[in-house]
Parts: sequence; structure tokens; C-alpha cells
Amino acid sequence: MDPAFIVPFITSIQNVFSTMLQLPVEIGEPAVKVDRQPTFDVSGIIGMSGDVTGTIILSFPRATAERVVQLFAGMSMSADSADFADAIGELVNMVSGNAKALFPTKAVSISCPSVVVGTGHTVAIPSDTPVVCVPCSTDCGNVMIEVALKVNADSARPVVRA
Amino acid sequence: MRIMLIDDSKTMRNIQRSVLGQLGYTEIEEACDGEDALSKVGAYKPQLLLVDWNMPKMDGLSFVKAYRQSDRTTPVIMVTTEAEKSRVIEAIKAGVNNYVIKPFTPDLLYQRINETLAKCGMAAT
Repeated sequence: MDPAFIVPFITSIQNVFSTMLQLPVEIGEPAVKVDRQPTFDVSGIIGMSGDVTGTIILSFPRATAERVVQLFAGMSMSADSADFADAIGELVNMVSGNAKALFPTKAVSISCPSVVVGTGHTVAIPSDTPVVCVPCSTDCGNVMIEVALKVNADSARPVVRA
Repeated sequence: MRIMLIDDSKTMRNIQRSVLGQLGYTEIEEACDGEDALSKVGAYKPQLLLVDWNMPKMDGLSFVKAYRQSDRTTPVIMVTTEAEKSRVIEAIKAGVNNYVIKPFTPDLLYQRINETLAKCGMAAT
């Protein structure tokens, strides 16, 4: 995958987390995801369509997600509540929306977010779409950005298996 | 001042409500998408609207276009993740008075509200 489609997500998560959560994000080494195994317990998912199509996933361990949501919403929430999912959805929306503005290809739209909560879930991506994982670490714990994008291809719609 | 917050994210509405409260704006109505907002503006008669772009049922741009058919003067600020210049231009053409890109700081939102009200000849609180 063209690094020009990865760097915007790194810039964006650092911007969103520092502005909305006052939470610095350290970026690890991006790598292609080969095993398609579950990442963490909570996934915020957004679809992209247009000149670039695919899926963006922001994945958190449950405890990390709860800490992040507390910083974002200003109150503690259980991962089982609808408001928790709303907060995670808004975070992935902000990260994806800001990132796409930095794409070399401009005509890209994003979907409304979906959120999956549950240990061991996988978000299935079509096998012809590469997935690049960007590990991030924060004082609240680890976060993974998974970027599954293709240029000028059919949309890679996720299939969620809890 | 009566303000309407239109955003499908309850978290974001709560954040904006909190920021507005700190700025002294407490008369606030909420709507969860464009359709919901259109059903409420007639009765509530907002004096300022903060509108998200990406929402289910009716997005913010469609709402602004529909709203502007009956109200061409009440200030509207788009508060969205849509950061491309082409999107900003599209929103302005539809009748948006100002634009805030998420993520935003309370100071930025305050500045945009004051700018917008001043341009529209309205006093801030």
C-alpha cells in the first residue's frame, strides 16, 4: 500500500487525541497484517468510498477504550453502553475524516461509523485488500490503526464476526 | 440566545453543550440528524445552528440546503471532520456562514461563534 495513505492516519490520530483528549500518541512501526486475527476487544470501523475504497479500524483493548472514552466524554462509561459506542464511533470518525483530507487523491467519502465490542471479534476484509496495522501507544494503553484501502477499486465492506 | 446542535453523536453534542455552557450559552436544543432538525426548527426558532456534516437519514449539507429555502439569515456553523477545501466551498455555497473542523478546541469554537455572530450583526453573550 502506498505510504501516502498511511501517513495521514498517523498525523490524524496524533492531532485528534492531543486536541480532544490531551493524550500524546507514540507511533510504532507500521506492518502488513498477514494473519487477519483479532486485534483488540473494541473496534471503531469506518468505510471509505470514492477514488480510494476500503475500511479503517481503530482497535482498543477494552480497558484502554474505557479510559479513552472517559477522557473524551468527560465521564466514565461501561463498554456495554450505547453512549460508549457513540464515543468510539466519533473518535474513528474524526481520525478518518481528518486523514482523508491529507490523501493525495481527494475525492473520498466516509461512512457513518460502526462499533463492535467483544473479545475475539474479527473484522473481515476482502482478501485482495491489503491491511496495514499502525501500532500506537498512549498513557491509556495501546491502540491499533488498521488501514485496509485500495485505490480505484470496489468498496471493501467489512463483515463483522463476533 | 437559542442555539441548536445538530449531530448524530451524542458524545459530540454533549461536548459542544459543555463548551457552549462555559461560554454562557445555556438555551440549547439538540437534533440527531437533518430530518430531526427540520422537524424542530419551526417551533424552536434557533438564533444559531451548529451542524455536523455526516449524519444518517439527512446529512448536514442537505439540511442546510433545505433550511435555507425558508430561512436565509439565521447563522449556521458547520462543525465537521470534512476538512477538504472543496467541502468547505460546497458548504459555504449551500448557505453555511462559518466552518469548524473537528477536532476543535473550546477556544476555536468560541472564536468561530463570535466571528459568525459579528458578521451577522448579532451580539455574543
